[in-house]
Amino acid sequence: MATFNLDITKEHCPMTFVKTKIQLAKIAKDDILEVLVTEGEPLENIPKSSTEQGFEILGIENLHDNIYKIRIKK
Amino acid sequence: MNFTDIQIERYSRHIILKDVGVEGQIKLLEGKVLVVGAGGLGSPAALYLAAAGVGTIGIIDNDVVDITNLQRQIIHTTPDINRPKVISAKEKIEKINPDVKVKTYHELLTTDNINDIFSEYDFILDGTDNFPTKFLINDACVLSGKSFSHGGIIKFDGQTMTYTPGNTCYRCVFNSPPPKGLVPSCSQAGVLGSVAGILGTIQATEALKYLTGIGELLTNRFLIFNALSMSFRSVHFNRNENCPVCGINPTITELKLEEMPVCDL
Repeated sequence: MATFNLDITKEHCPMTFVKTKIQLAKIAKDDILEVLVTEGEPLENIPKSSTEQGFEILGIENLHDNIYKIRIKK
Repeated sequence: MNFTDIQIERYSRHIILKDVGVEGQIKLLEGKVLVVGAGGLGSPAALYLAAAGVGTIGIIDNDVVDITNLQRQIIHTTPDINRPKVISAKEKIEKINPDVKVKTYHELLTTDNINDIFSEYDFILDGTDNFPTKFLINDACVLSGKSFSHGGIIKFDGQTMTYTPGNTCYRCVFNSPPPKGLVPSCSQAGVLGSVAGILGTIQATEALKYLTGIGELLTNRFLIFNALSMSFRSVHFNRNENCPVCGINPTITELKLEEMPVCDL
């Protein structure tokens, strides 16, 4: 079980979730993807879309200011 | 395979879909579909297959673009008149999506070339305008275990079914071509241009579902629609044990072109 990182703080919808899905496709089952997102649309939608598509949200953490880290388990 | 940044953006709306995703888009890019006939059905079908990123699209058609085609054969344009349809179609596909490799066959589909050509593809899309070729495509697919989408339109009506090995084939439902004169040709009967778009687009959707392995194909059923009432119905057909090509005692064991007048779609 490995942990991978992805920064989508510069992306806009829908590329935020597109890039997340592409990274999730590259990692193995049970691996964890830590995604850096900004507050607003990505923070609301990445967990929602990930859950809908069968991934598990392990946690969401506010790193600083409006930057959050979403931990997704494949 | 790794997507380029441009591919990620181009296919983003597919990648987002749960049932397509990265894996499905890779299947599309690795997929090979042959469109038989670059006419009313083949035009919209080829355009959508190209846009979807089907990696190899074959187009077979021996005709040139005629002004009477342009009312419904939307892959061709007025400046294409008198140019081979396969060349006109190839140019549009390459403009829509440079990821697609287009193979053209400027010839008729015959008993001699059908198996060689079909063997290069995963899925066949029948956009032909005549019964003999429709039966030929069916028989070649049944005998070689290849999947295809049947489509036909006339006036305001359309019908389509998908064949995959082991399921109901076109001959299970229609034993042989109708007798001469019973079915008017499209040049006699006419066809609403957009009806070709509806049907060809359904066929392209079946091809995309087949390549990605998602959903339920139109196997063992015919989808029949009428544009005037805008009603769609799906009619179930079981396999026919007396089918001359896929039944218990088949009488068709090698390919033969049936005799019938052609209709200009």
